[in-house]
Amino acid sequence: MAATKTTVDITAAMVTEAVPLADWLLVAPVLLTMTGGAISIIFRKKSAVQPWIAITTIALVILSNVGLLYRVLTNGVVTMVMGSWLPPFGIAFTADPLGALLALTASVATLCVAVFAMSSIAENERRYGFYPFLLMLLCGVTGAFLTGDIFNLYVWFEVLLISSFGMQILGNEKGQIDGAVKYAVLNLIATTLFLTATGLLYGLVGTLNMADIAGKLKAFDGSGPVLGLATLYFLAFAMKAAAFPVNFWLPASYHTPRLVVAAIFAGLLTKVGVYALLKVMLLLMPEGRDWLVSVIGIVAIATMLTGSLGALAQTDIRRLMAYLVIAGIGAMMAGIAVGNEVAVSGVIFYSMHSVLIMTALYLLVAFMFQMSGTFSLREIGGLYIRTPLGAGIGLILLLAVAGFPPFSGFWAKLLLVAGALEAGHGWVAAGILISGLFTTIAVGRLWIFAFLRGGNEHTVDGIQALPMAGCSDSADISWSIWLPLVVLTTLIFVIGVLPETIMSITDYGAKTLIDPSAYIGAVFGGIR
Amino acid sequence: MNTLIFRTVAPYLSALMLLFSVFVLLRGHNEPGGGFIGGLIAVSAFAIYGIGCGVSAVRRAMKFHPMSIAASGLLLAVVSVLPSLFLNQPAMTSQWLAVPFLGTKIDLSTPLFFDIGVYLVVVGAISSIALSLEERAD
Repeated sequence: MAATKTTVDITAAMVTEAVPLADWLLVAPVLLTMTGGAISIIFRKKSAVQPWIAITTIALVILSNVGLLYRVLTNGVVTMVMGSWLPPFGIAFTADPLGALLALTASVATLCVAVFAMSSIAENERRYGFYPFLLMLLCGVTGAFLTGDIFNLYVWFEVLLISSFGMQILGNEKGQIDGAVKYAVLNLIATTLFLTATGLLYGLVGTLNMADIAGKLKAFDGSGPVLGLATLYFLAFAMKAAAFPVNFWLPASYHTPRLVVAAIFAGLLTKVGVYALLKVMLLLMPEGRDWLVSVIGIVAIATMLTGSLGALAQTDIRRLMAYLVIAGIGAMMAGIAVGNEVAVSGVIFYSMHSVLIMTALYLLVAFMFQMSGTFSLREIGGLYIRTPLGAGIGLILLLAVAGFPPFSGFWAKLLLVAGALEAGHGWVAAGILISGLFTTIAVGRLWIFAFLRGGNEHTVDGIQALPMAGCSDSADISWSIWLPLVVLTTLIFVIGVLPETIMSITDYGAKTLIDPSAYIGAVFGGIR
Repeated sequence: MNTLIFRTVAPYLSALMLLFSVFVLLRGHNEPGGGFIGGLIAVSAFAIYGIGCGVSAVRRAMKFHPMSIAASGLLLAVVSVLPSLFLNQPAMTSQWLAVPFLGTKIDLSTPLFFDIGVYLVVVGAISSIALSLEERAD
């Protein structure tokens, strides 16, 4: 220790026993992405090596997250406090099964986007920092999934927001600035609400450590301040997650950035909102959730229905996908409204599925645009003949997002509906199924128009129109486009065929959220 | 702002401010100050120099591109977290090294390097923004 003028014995407030090396897996994703981000900023002019720096970094992050998930599954919740200060004073990084699973899924999706971007982000946009922003975005997202401190969660939200602003205006187009302003304003309002609520919470319980908050809030027994805080947090995170009626920013902004950027946004950003809702509503303030349950239920059903009906009404494929993101958010919120173990397990399963499927779908849109040169459902057509493999991938992804077996979406929805029926929330179950029906019609229409129909909307059945000028042939599509699509589709298929492993993880995650004693025990160890 | 007085004073003023920013940075461990506020003072120095003598003069004076400065600061901050990895301690646990220097003793520590990292990130990022805004105004 430092030789200070007044000697104070602080060993009682510090971690004294040796920390196993494996606990460093908690901070490794953040440190790795920061290092990778810094290196790729230094090499910002070498646009040829940029992707490889990012891909190597993200691959290491994936390995680290696999290790972390394995450790969480074998040893229970893992925690590590920064600077050796014991909680609640040291900032804790705490990984439960939910956080570890989502961190792993997010890094896999980011790797796919990094590979896809090799051919779809122009040289000059690489020089404006696509890859550094991507790495810092992943840094923020994994930090948010792994932190055990609510103010620290706010900080990671800021990290991912700042990098997402940068990615959104890559390309400097008028429409992008327009979309970015809507996105930024709404998200900044939500972040301010989040910060305000956190300040009030600190005033109430005098701690920011999530495990400590969960323990201390029990003493308030659902009194007024707790309910008020729960409402504020619900509003803040519902905005982030794009729930009805504060979801208008999403379709207004997600079609403007580059499609790979939209893919990573749709895959990760709204899910961070859902994750924060899960943590706050179930782990920290279960009384608040019980009090808000009908509001959450109505919001969830409205989000699902507006999302799927919105998807049905769109003729622009990009906007259609944006509405599918919203429909998925509704389904996840429905699970939070139901709140029993099966449904929460369904929410975790759904968030994981949603990270993969929404990333894959936006990449599919980018692929379809390259093949057809249009985003309009009226103009697009004839892709089945030109790329049977693409049509197959498209069919699998679209069926998966609608919740058909044997793909991952089916099991997520099955758990959600089973949980809702078990808890006697028939309306919620009906909402999920009806929204699933609308989604099916919307994606079926998309597949038939884009792949089966010979050409644009005036094409007679059975006639194959000539492709439009300026679009690629399937032989010209580079491996960096095929590979992420095939990998994501395979993952979605494998999870759909072998759901038991994932289900055991999500069940474990749901148990940890609903009964926080394991979580609190892991943070405070033998202290209380 | 292109008066003779300002142009004459600006280099001296910014040199003084840069010196002061380092003072604030080093003072930060035990007293008010630190990397963030020190970095902001340094950026103000560069901004004043830029207003007085032009952006290209500032870029020459900085030697490295502001973005590279920010990135190296981020790297330094990450590196300062790592030493406790090899001592089986949690991340960011501070390590101290007392170096004898001219009859006195200087306490070097990992938080100091973290703070220098923060200083560099702030200097790099904010001056990169400030310089490109000043370039637009030209």
